[in-house]
Amino acid sequence: MTTLTQTFKIPESIKKGSKFSFCPGCDHGVAVRLVAEVLDELGLREKTIAVASIGCSVTLYDFLEVDSLEAPHGRALAEATGIKRARPDKFVFTYQGDGDFASIGMAESMHCALRGENVTAICINNTTYGMTGGQLGPTTLIGQVTTTSPTGRNVEYYGYPIKIAEHIALCDGTAYSARVSLDTVPNIRKAKAAIKKAFEIQQQGLGFSFVEILATCPTNWKKSPQKAHERVREEMMPIYKPGIYKDITANN
Amino acid sequence: MSHIVIDKERCKGCYLCIEECPKKLLKVGKDVNSLGVHLVEFDDPNHECLGCAMCATRCPDMAITEVYKG
Ligand SMILES: Cc1ncc(C[n+]2csc(CCOP(=O)(O)OP(=O)(O)O)c2C)c(N)n1
Ligand code: SF4
Ligand SMILES: [Mg+2]
Repeated sequence: MTTLTQTFKIPESIKKGSKFSFCPGCDHGVAVRLVAEVLDELGLREKTIAVASIGCSVTLYDFLEVDSLEAPHGRALAEATGIKRARPDKFVFTYQGDGDFASIGMAESMHCALRGENVTAICINNTTYGMTGGQLGPTTLIGQVTTTSPTGRNVEYYGYPIKIAEHIALCDGTAYSARVSLDTVPNIRKAKAAIKKAFEIQQQGLGFSFVEILATCPTNWKKSPQKAHERVREEMMPIYKPGIYKDITANN
Repeated sequence: MSHIVIDKERCKGCYLCIEECPKKLLKVGKDVNSLGVHLVEFDDPNHECLGCAMCATRCPDMAITEVYKG
């Protein structure tokens, strides 16, 4: 009899019996699983307080087996700041959409990074407001058709999209800022490594850590999950280049 | 023998796993779950599965709940 090695299982940090409420093929599911895998690997589950945000990930607390709070739209990092300052012994992270993080929550997000709060933020960039039906958001690409830019995002009217990971890297309180993509399995593995690094930075008390995750919204993009990953590769990654934009622990 | 376990009720029919399998052992099946989704089927008559978990890593819904290599 050959011995079997288990190479995949549902992470312990995923609530037993819970199922994701995301649309078929949505990358949010991969991102939440990666967070759970890292919580498992770093043994953080029992000391974590997660802050959920407003968007398709609004019921994050239904999926993760950790203590959680819900934040008003955009205010996740303000809430995380309060929690971490009151309980510095806890591991505190937010999980936010691009609209939540960089539109309504831009002030809270940037100032949290500038203050160098010792918390981690995960931001899912799908270039739209997924939950509310695919409106134009701060990261919507030039030319991208959305329900509120039916002829495509034009610079004259809407201005330019924001490169979040680069801006967060420029904040002096930031210890780590990376952008990753979930378009392929190798990139999913890199994304997990970035989440792990960001969480370790918080464990070491080094300051604000941030991971922007390029993700699909097949429903609002009106694309198959497969074509949606092609869009991430061909349209998003050339503008939102994956990479590590700041890492104060790197030797250089 | 390397193999995967599929939870039929978790599958939403995105079929992202199908193109991910290096041995092409996954296909759209005839069975339907309570969502009305045609389930992904694991068909490995020649025991080619590598136990690499590429499929499970890609699946956004953890419908491939376990993967074994051996
Ligand atoms: C104060 C307030 N304004 C507006 C809304 C409506 N709203 C709900 S989710 C959302 C945008 C979510 O987009 P994003 O953060 O990108 O998350 P996604 O759903 O794309 O993952 C908006 C505008 C709200 N709930 N509260
Ligand atoms: S609307 Fe978009 S982001 Fe929201 S769950 Fe569906 S595919 Fe995912
Ligand atoms: Mg979004």
